[in-house]
Amino acid sequence: MPAIVLQMLCVAGLLGSAVLAIVLSRSKIATPIIYSATLAASAIALIASIHWLLGDTANATDLTFPIGLPWLGAHFRLDALASFFLVVVNLGGATASLYGLGYGHHEEAPQRVLPFFPAFLAGMNLVVLADDAFSYLLCWEFMSLVSWALVMAHHREAGNAKAGYVYLVMASFGTLALLLAFGLLAGPAGDYGFAAIRTAQHTPYVATLVLILMLLGAGSKAGLVPLHVWLPLAHPAAPSHVSALMSGVMTKVAIYGFIRVVFDLLGQPLWPASVVVLILGGITAVMGILYAMMENDLKRLLAYSTIENVGVIFASLGLALAFQANGLKLLAALAFTAALFHVLNHSFFKSLLFFGAGAVLTATGERDMDKLGGLIHRMPFTSFAVLMGCVAISALPPFNGFVSEWLMFQAVLHSPELPQWALKVTVPAVGALLALAAALAAACFVKAYGVTFLGRPRGVAAETAEEVDRYSLSAMFVLAALCLLAGILPGLVIDALSPITLQILGGRMPIQINEPWLSIAPIAESRSSYNGLLVMVFITISASSAVVFIHRFASRALRRGPAWGCGFSDPTPAAQYSGGSFAQPIRRVFGTLVFHARDHVEMPTPGDIRPARLRIELHDLIWEGMYQPIAGAVGLSSAWLNRLQFLTIRRYLSLVFATLVALLLVLAIWS
Amino acid sequence: MQMHSLDFDISHTLAGGLVLISFMMLYQDRLYSLLNVFALHAVVLALSVAWQAYVQNAPHLYITAAIALIFKAIVIPVALHRIIKQLGIHRDIESAVGIGPTMLAGMALVALSMVLMLRVTADADPLAREDLAFALSVVLLGLLVMVTRRNAVSQVVGFMSLENGLVLAATGAKGMPLVVEISVAFSILIAFIVIGIFLFRIRERFDSVDVSALDDFRGERR
Repeated sequence: MPAIVLQMLCVAGLLGSAVLAIVLSRSKIATPIIYSATLAASAIALIASIHWLLGDTANATDLTFPIGLPWLGAHFRLDALASFFLVVVNLGGATASLYGLGYGHHEEAPQRVLPFFPAFLAGMNLVVLADDAFSYLLCWEFMSLVSWALVMAHHREAGNAKAGYVYLVMASFGTLALLLAFGLLAGPAGDYGFAAIRTAQHTPYVATLVLILMLLGAGSKAGLVPLHVWLPLAHPAAPSHVSALMSGVMTKVAIYGFIRVVFDLLGQPLWPASVVVLILGGITAVMGILYAMMENDLKRLLAYSTIENVGVIFASLGLALAFQANGLKLLAALAFTAALFHVLNHSFFKSLLFFGAGAVLTATGERDMDKLGGLIHRMPFTSFAVLMGCVAISALPPFNGFVSEWLMFQAVLHSPELPQWALKVTVPAVGALLALAAALAAACFVKAYGVTFLGRPRGVAAETAEEVDRYSLSAMFVLAALCLLAGILPGLVIDALSPITLQILGGRMPIQINEPWLSIAPIAESRSSYNGLLVMVFITISASSAVVFIHRFASRALRRGPAWGCGFSDPTPAAQYSGGSFAQPIRRVFGTLVFHARDHVEMPTPGDIRPARLRIELHDLIWEGMYQPIAGAVGLSSAWLNRLQFLTIRRYLSLVFATLVALLLVLAIWS
Repeated sequence: MQMHSLDFDISHTLAGGLVLISFMMLYQDRLYSLLNVFALHAVVLALSVAWQAYVQNAPHLYITAAIALIFKAIVIPVALHRIIKQLGIHRDIESAVGIGPTMLAGMALVALSMVLMLRVTADADPLAREDLAFALSVVLLGLLVMVTRRNAVSQVVGFMSLENGLVLAATGAKGMPLVVEISVAFSILIAFIVIGIFLFRIRERFDSVDVSALDDFRGERR
């Protein structure tokens, strides 16, 4: 059986479970049945796509259904790039299903989630497999609509309706941009098959327009600043395992669309294009993580951090474009591999962290970090898994996040080989932005983990939290193990990605599996190499010897005495370091510029029994400067046009008449 | 042009007459006289179409001419006469805009269509050019009648005269298939029937066919 048929059967299975979910809608057993079905389908698809990616990737397989446009049909194709993204989608799908087996029991209205969850997975699979513009757009819209339904699952909660609305508007805008991009790609001949688009010659003018439209279309779905506004609203609004899918997987599907069009369909890129992508990526990374740093809502923080990671990926893609435009195939492959590796990594740890946030939400009913704290004592397993995720996303060795960022910086360090001065200047500047983002990410996740899991509980909910069920925990631990594995065995991943770089860029990185002791050397061992295993062994040995040393020798002289309370005799848990206080230094440094942040201290006059208050004023300048004026203009013009609804019949006739005469006049004057 | 000098002159005269009668329609403020002018309009149209049939040697155009004569010059005016009598509105004087400005606007419209059509169709058959320019004038004047009247019956008449302009344009061009003309004629007939029924319905509801009654009704609901 060809590999694509198996993938399509899995998709059919997912769609079938969506139908089954409608049939079973209110029954008690629906939740375990549906999640088991999606788990099975995703797992089969995952194994099949891994098998195909590691095996014979030279022969892409096609499948055409006689549906859709009559002269076109619906084309689907499995090639190396698609199979990699199928791995990402189905790994996310499988772990989210596993998590859902436990988490789904806490859902108060499962009939709002169950039909859409498998359909969402099916939609993402189909987008990746689509091989003509029509099927691609159709599946893309299907994915957007179904995910919108999932965002609206808890539509009565405050803010979710707005999130759904903003998401819908931005998704329509993005699809419009994609529609125009594919229209330009197909050209006047109008052959919408990807095969025809790939062989066609595109003028630089068309290529530039398509790149801009793809940045708008795919970028708005992936969360590029300043098109990201819907993302921190919509992703946290969905149930947590869906948030994980949206953040960890759907943004990757958008990145897939960008790669497919800009790298695959457009052919040889132009170097100025890479400058745009690089700068947008760098700004997105820094802005995303600064937003995340200011956030006290756990799920929103994770959503903002997704924006940062998307920025990192886009910056790597921009690097790959720059190298590819100058024919430096090895370096392009290096940057491209870094981007794909980061795609994979981010899907691991962002899913893991959203699962963790969901576990916290289940256990405490709280998303606000300033009401949590001390969960490491109540939920030790969740805390451990989330700690692994936090370390990974902060790009600390020996976890996977370090490897992909390290690869990316290796590519950045090769920027002097680029001939254009604009790139010679831009690439290191963007590299500095990315380094800043990486450092801020570490600070952000120290804050997220420290405030949520360490310290003392800040409320009853956190004090009485219970560890979550085994399914949720196993999903988290699977992902945590994958984070570690990809970190210590990066060579395997890089080798698995090489068929894609060969297919897309025509070059590849050196084979890594032959390097001694599982180390990786992106260009040559003389220049740079990294060994995750060695780092882990070193960290393990040094940490355990330090622990042994402290416990054996330092603590031997046991003394008991009153703890020094920093001058406060009985501090309440509310007096602990909070999320806001942790973010304050960074708010002081960057916030005044980026957020127009102001701290207002309200001191009561002596004798007044009112407590003193610290109020923090933050402005989302992108929302206020870009979206609010647009919304205002739309509101004004629609209020004005609304008068047309209430004209008399004669006025309507006169309007038609006047329009006709005006058009005729235009014709008379111009022709 | 030299060859068909007389043909050209006669069709030119008939089409021009149609425009002139459209102008006459603009300043009729009694419904009966408006109907009479409309019947005259249809008769001239029938003559013009018949002349085209003779000139172009296209016998099917005679059918179009017959349709125009029977339905538009006789059946519809008679039916409208009866409607007016039944509704008892034959004494109504109505016009939303004064006659002077209406005539001026009509002249401007005719000038516009002449300028436009003669320029756009510079390299077409001269007969068709003139015909199209006149036809556009008739269409625009018909619309002007619809816009400047308050009474639903006179709006129907404006609509019908607009359609006459379309028929004139269609027959002026050589080789227009009969099917197109017949289908246009029938669609107009059906539109007439629908509008006629609606007239009575409006009358039943509001005791008037003045369309401003409809606006008042909507105003109440607003």
